[in-house]
Amino acid sequence: MLAYIIRRVAQSLLVLLVTGFVAFSMFSFVGDPIDNMLGQERTQADIDRLRGQLGLDQPFVVQYYRFLEQAVQGNFGLSYRQGRPVSDILMERLPATLELAFVSGFLALAGGIGLGIFTAIRKRGVSANAIMTVSLIGVSLPTFLIGIVLIYVFSVEMGLLPSFGRGEVVRIGGWTTGFLTESGLKALILPAITLGLYQMTLIMRLVRTEMLEVLRMDYIRFARARGIRERSVNFRHALKNTLVPVITITGLQLGSIIAFAIITETVFQWPGVGLLFINAIQFVDIPVMAAYLMMISVMFVGINLIVDLLYFAIDPRLRVDRTAAGGH
Amino acid sequence: MSTPVLSLRDLVVEIPTRTGVLRPVNGVSFDIAAGEILGVVGESGAGKSMTGNAVIGLLDRPARIVSGEVRLLDQPIQSLRGEALRRLRGKRMGMIFQDPLTSLNPLLTIGDQLTETIREHLDVGQSEARERAIAALDEVGIPAARQRIGSYPHEFSGGMRQRVVIALALCAEPELVIADEPTTALDVSVQAQIIALLKRLCRDRGVAVMLVTHDMGVIAEAADRIAVMYAGGVVELGPVREVITRPFHPYTGGLMASTPGASKGMRRLRQIPGSMPRLDALPDGCPFHPRCERAEAACRENPGPSLAACDGRAACWFPLTEPKEAVS
Ligand SMILES: Nc1ncnc2c1ncn2[C@@H]1O[C@H](COP(=O)(O)OP(=O)(O)OP(=O)(O)O)[C@@H](O)[C@H]1O
Ligand SMILES: [Mg+2]
Repeated sequence: MLAYIIRRVAQSLLVLLVTGFVAFSMFSFVGDPIDNMLGQERTQADIDRLRGQLGLDQPFVVQYYRFLEQAVQGNFGLSYRQGRPVSDILMERLPATLELAFVSGFLALAGGIGLGIFTAIRKRGVSANAIMTVSLIGVSLPTFLIGIVLIYVFSVEMGLLPSFGRGEVVRIGGWTTGFLTESGLKALILPAITLGLYQMTLIMRLVRTEMLEVLRMDYIRFARARGIRERSVNFRHALKNTLVPVITITGLQLGSIIAFAIITETVFQWPGVGLLFINAIQFVDIPVMAAYLMMISVMFVGINLIVDLLYFAIDPRLRVDRTAAGGH
Repeated sequence: MSTPVLSLRDLVVEIPTRTGVLRPVNGVSFDIAAGEILGVVGESGAGKSMTGNAVIGLLDRPARIVSGEVRLLDQPIQSLRGEALRRLRGKRMGMIFQDPLTSLNPLLTIGDQLTETIREHLDVGQSEARERAIAALDEVGIPAARQRIGSYPHEFSGGMRQRVVIALALCAEPELVIADEPTTALDVSVQAQIIALLKRLCRDRGVAVMLVTHDMGVIAEAADRIAVMYAGGVVELGPVREVITRPFHPYTGGLMASTPGASKGMRRLRQIPGSMPRLDALPDGCPFHPRCERAEAACRENPGPSLAACDGRAACWFPLTEPKEAVS
């Protein structure tokens, strides 16, 4: 098991190295940063001096190494557009995205697993079938459309909820939170639903399929034949087995919530890192883009790693070290 | 004679399909007394598993009991549903399935599965249930039961797992056990051990056992009486020795002739010509007549007679052995 963990961590690092490389290459693909930094009246001496200062005269590998070294410390240089450290800008924007992702992720997980179980257990019920039909819409509608429809219904027509922004936020140390004010919470509702709906329907359909599969297994039949009550059959015997395969996909889904946040943040003008990224693209603000890319990949890789380790917690068959006790 | 533990009378199970109603179990009657093993044999599709499932109330939709009686001691149970039926399962009738690899929940320890079953049916605390679980494992011959109780199913070999399955089926001390091909999935060397175990438990505890199997050797070794099923009906019923050495029904005769070593001094192995008719294409008259060497006009025109017509032993117009005039 330890060997497995070490291998997974090594793989994760490799993935990060590769994305780091992509992020780093963006700098040179999109033109010489020196052009941007020095004005029209520049001498060759100025250029050479700045090159030396920035380390751009070093060999490629050395530059890449420097970039990684800085990136690990969270240093991505100055934003071309705002002239401030990228890490400061990201840190300002991150709470908005994380709070949104957290609420949508929670909605998606709780709603998805709950409804998945419900529709599997009541597979012939009217309400279960209704939920399945509605969920088809959730899967097939694009996120921005859901957002726009929600805005139209709840903001424009009914005037209940704000259509953009984060509402009032409270500053706690370096973190800004919308959880503590009424307008902050209200502002969260529509974007969170928009962002979480797709994931929720996906998780729900997955849990339902898996659960139906598991409910056909011999050990479920045997549990019933032993007179185990239905609640225990469903939630103790079946659910645990259902969750094993569901975990991976679900983990990936949660990771993609942060990535998908770009669209939702744009629709709702949500002041998070996604919106920051979209704006950065418009202004070819490479350091911000590179930093965003790195941050997203760290999150993805981290979530993946956690998911893999969760497997061990849930499925005893993977805990290889115990099989030594096996008897014949 | 005391009341039989299980008593079936004209049990009929139907499956409505788009093309018509199928009857996988068509008027089955037999009794099993306490401490008795009834072997049930017959070709694949004869309705053996359906009969067992009907008794324990685990018919898969859309199959259902439409008429006849299932009696557990003095209680008719064929129309019990839901909670009332669940209370009987495990407590008064247990079931053992074919494949021990899939009968146990892979994510729960065998101790969890045992104590859960025990506590479902007996009013005992956790530690008392644990002691009983250990005793149950001991009884089925799991070595070092106290140490193994926290093990997961995958840590046991196939034979050991089937012992665990038997312990699970018997841990709440049911009066009736239905064993549906309990040895089919096991190594030949292990089969004999499992059969010996079933036999011992049956004798020690006075459990009535319905033992479904394809293996005539197993029947000859373990069963007291034998019921031969064909196309949903019992075609021959009697003490094992007599049926094996002197079958009445031509189908039983054919079955013995096609089983190596079932009867001593066998000429040579013969196959019964043809195959069992599909349920949606049953012939008129006796369902066996198209394959029967002895069939005459009467067999094509009349359905097979009741067992009573032939000493209560075989459902045949022209049995291989003439029934004795006087019943001993
Ligand atoms: N859902 C269903 N729809 C139609 N026919 C079915 C259905 N389920 C079972 N059957 C039929 O019911 C019959 C009885 O099946 P059963 O499982 O009892 O046979 P069996 O004697 O146990 O056979 P085996 O030795 O293969 O286990 C079979 O002919 C089968 O094809
Ligand atoms: Mg069967």
